Amino acid sequence: MDSALASYLLRRLLWVPPILFIVTFVTFTLARLGPGDPVSIATGQFRDPEVLERVRHAKGLDKPIHEQYYIYMKGLLTRGDLGESYRYKGRNVKDIIFPAMYRSAQYNAVALTITISCGIALGVFAARKQGTWSDPTAIGSALAIQSIPTMVGVPFLLLIFALKLGWVPASGWPRDCNVSLGFLGGNYDCIGVLSKEAIIPVIALALPAIAVWGRYTRAFTLEVMKEDYVRTARAKGISEFQVMTQHVLRNALLPLSTMIAFSLIGILEGSFILENLTGIPGVGRLAFESIGSRDYDLIMAITVVGATLFIMTSIFIDIAYTFIDPRIRYGSRSG
Amino acid sequence: MAREAAELTPGESIAEVSGAASGSPTGMAIRRLLRRKVAVISLTFIFAFYLMGLTAPLLGATHVIQDYQHQDLDHDLEGPSWSHPFGTDRLGRDQLARVVWASQTTVIVTVATLFTGGVVLAVGLGLLSGYVGGWVDTLIMRIGDVFASLPTILMLILINATLKTQVRSIAADVQDFTGIGGIVRSGAPDYILIFGALSLFGWVGGARVIRSQILSLRETEFVTAARSLGATTPQILFRHLLPNVSNIIIVSLSLGLAGIAGSELVLTWFGVGIQPPRPSFGALIFDTSSIRTLNQHAYLLLFPGGIVTGLFFAFNLLGDAMTDVFTPKAR
Repeated sequence: MDSALASYLLRRLLWVPPILFIVTFVTFTLARLGPGDPVSIATGQFRDPEVLERVRHAKGLDKPIHEQYYIYMKGLLTRGDLGESYRYKGRNVKDIIFPAMYRSAQYNAVALTITISCGIALGVFAARKQGTWSDPTAIGSALAIQSIPTMVGVPFLLLIFALKLGWVPASGWPRDCNVSLGFLGGNYDCIGVLSKEAIIPVIALALPAIAVWGRYTRAFTLEVMKEDYVRTARAKGISEFQVMTQHVLRNALLPLSTMIAFSLIGILEGSFILENLTGIPGVGRLAFESIGSRDYDLIMAITVVGATLFIMTSIFIDIAYTFIDPRIRYGSRSG
Repeated sequence: MAREAAELTPGESIAEVSGAASGSPTGMAIRRLLRRKVAVISLTFIFAFYLMGLTAPLLGATHVIQDYQHQDLDHDLEGPSWSHPFGTDRLGRDQLARVVWASQTTVIVTVATLFTGGVVLAVGLGLLSGYVGGWVDTLIMRIGDVFASLPTILMLILINATLKTQVRSIAADVQDFTGIGGIVRSGAPDYILIFGALSLFGWVGGARVIRSQILSLRETEFVTAARSLGATTPQILFRHLLPNVSNIIIVSLSLGLAGIAGSELVLTWFGVGIQPPRPSFGALIFDTSSIRTLNQHAYLLLFPGGIVTGLFFAFNLLGDAMTDVFTPKAR
């Protein structure tokens, strides 16, 4: 690792704590600004002001916000304590958020694999057919599918495949077996993505995104196909398949590697609408529920884990890119 | 050259593409855009949609469409007919009128967000960051990092869920203080909160792209020349640099509109966006997306869902064509 890269990396890493500090403080304050708090929402209409006050005091919710923030951060940084859920009474946030991520990651990973492979295939096909009617037709159909909002598409998919044809269950996620992954705590379901319940969510997530990958792949492939070395490869008589795989795709997919890396973080984030429509107990649904019930520590945990993953991944991508593409150099004032 | 010639759509001459035609680059790009059938059809659809939204009050006042709040409980959940082309909802309200008024909501939210977040924040901060450099650049980009690293949808829902009462009470104070009636009833606070939040999270991408362009542009000879002739910083920024990034701005705006319309849909779908009785596509879709309703009254979701899909499709196709025409190098 050369020194320019090392100093770039150091500067990027030095910025991580302040950014995370702002992220956590903003989220912490924002969550507490709203009408109601977890205690009043949990008790509903049957509330005794005295009991409310006592619980608030016991949980430290009557302290000023900056003091609460200090207590929270101290717990997080010294003990790795993500806090305690109010909605799921007395359960540790850690035991709720990681199993939810585990579920979201399953269907996301399968969907992403389908999306990327179909997208690259579509892009290469369209690039090779440039100038004919198949190119705009293929890209156009993918774009049309992408344009259907999730909340419109999924109900129709469920109507046809669950209700009319009865091929798949309308919603839910299998919960009939448990596996414990000790080090993260909590109970983990069996691999739910292998069940019938996951078919519609995976399709609904995979299909619309194909257009994005198809369009990028098409553009990058076209760019590479006009290079001299591709013409040389053709001229020396190797098969068209070898030209495409060894000369064109290897170079065209280089810029796609960043996109793949960023999509990988997305795996741990649930899809809000999809999870609510299909009843998958993942991060997206957890996040929405936690806002509704003002489950402060859960909201914080989702944001903190998400933001940390995002920041670390983007630094990692920058570094990895210098190894993948040696032409990139980080100078003294990029940043 | 052979590849470029193959890319020409019918009616384009090589002379025009290679820059021999007269007129400004932007004017030329627009002319090339208008020669593409797909772009023209998309533009027409988007234009018709915005016209429908803008003329909603007029159409309502002249009784071209029915009153969107009028409930006719004897005729609830009726299928499409001559008197109700899109059918009626569960309260017997005319679905067509509700779709027209919902498009007005989309028009207001997209245009307002575009001008605050898209133009003012993204362009302003991008220009500033790229040209001034130094600690200003670092500060703006690190703030951008904060917004980029926060989970957007979660934050948008959180902001709209927790700040709504605050913004409404401020609006009520303004109303009492100035004596202007109907600020709260018009739903203006909801709008302000929604496009405020959307702008806050929407500027980062655009600003980064503009910044990187400015970084290379500010080292060019014409900027040095302008500076040596005594041009002030605002003059260099707005007279010399801004026109050179206008193509990128146009493209990112056209792509941004669909994103903003989509976010409104998500927020309202979750019940934190536009509040009833004001119609919006998010609410229309949410009301009818339960499987039981859909099974019996699919038309209720089909019409608003179809129009929104058509709008997004038009934005996507137009964005594609714009990228081709305005930023030839980016491909």
